[in-house]
Amino acid sequence: MKSLAELKAIRERMQSQVGMRAEDDSQTRVVVGMATCGIASGARPVLKALSDAVQEKKLSNVMVTQTGCIGLCKYEPIVEVMEPGKEKVTYVKMTPEKALEVVEQHLIRGQVVTDYTLGNIKL
Amino acid sequence: MMTEIALNVLDVAQNSVRAQATLVCICVMADTQADRMDITIEDNGCGMSPEEIRQVEDPFFTTRKTRKVGLGVPFFKYSAQCTGGDFKITSTKGQGTKVSASYVLSSIDRMPLGDMPGTVHTLVTLNTHIDFVYTYTVNGRSFTLDTREFRDILGDVPLNAPEVSSYIEEYLWENTREVNQDIVL
Repeated sequence: MKSLAELKAIRERMQSQVGMRAEDDSQTRVVVGMATCGIASGARPVLKALSDAVQEKKLSNVMVTQTGCIGLCKYEPIVEVMEPGKEKVTYVKMTPEKALEVVEQHLIRGQVVTDYTLGNIKL
Repeated sequence: MMTEIALNVLDVAQNSVRAQATLVCICVMADTQADRMDITIEDNGCGMSPEEIRQVEDPFFTTRKTRKVGLGVPFFKYSAQCTGGDFKITSTKGQGTKVSASYVLSSIDRMPLGDMPGTVHTLVTLNTHIDFVYTYTVNGRSFTLDTREFRDILGDVPLNAPEVSSYIEEYLWENTREVNQDIVL
């Protein structure tokens, strides 16, 4: 069994860094729709890919979070990227692979991946 | 339809989050001898009136305004009942809700349990204002994750801090493997 002693060690290492990730206005929010419709169409692997990548690339100004049904169930899994001072970008029919592309292109380089945005899907 | 039972649990537990619960207990208990698996999700959220409980099992009832159907609970209910199992919701207004599903393990219609560690990890790290107690039992072998215990040790280090999040994931996986031994649910 994994012991709680390891958790104590993590706390000791991290205590000095607390406050670093405090939420503020400069943070980018990445929101994944996780209602029944999102989950059924595969939102969990997308969410996992996003949070793993953000953690791995140490994007400390990005917060990955979840929301309920956005009302566009047909286009799930949906990922919204909200950067401060910019218009919200809505990515639809996401997969873990597409999500990684969004991390690389959009979150790191600042280029919206227009191939996957809602505006580009024929309604 | 969900492809695994763990996704139903993730979905239904979101209802507890929305019900402003501060404590959510998720329990998975499988017994291969008895050919049964019981799953309960219990919260101390806002609860439901008898009338609301009746409605919530109806796919065409939802509290949401974005659309007219709510399939979370009906999906979960069906996943249990189609194996010959049972499904029950008990709730007291102002005190909380308990959702129980039981499955006949050997039924051909039973979906795989799926990625329960993933479900619990997602719930814990994305709802850091809520405490979760997860108990996983297979044939009497058992482990528990209690975020209150974690919080006591962590102090002001948040549960979604990267290192803590990885620790929780490993904790869940390692203990699940140990409890499972050679049993695949």
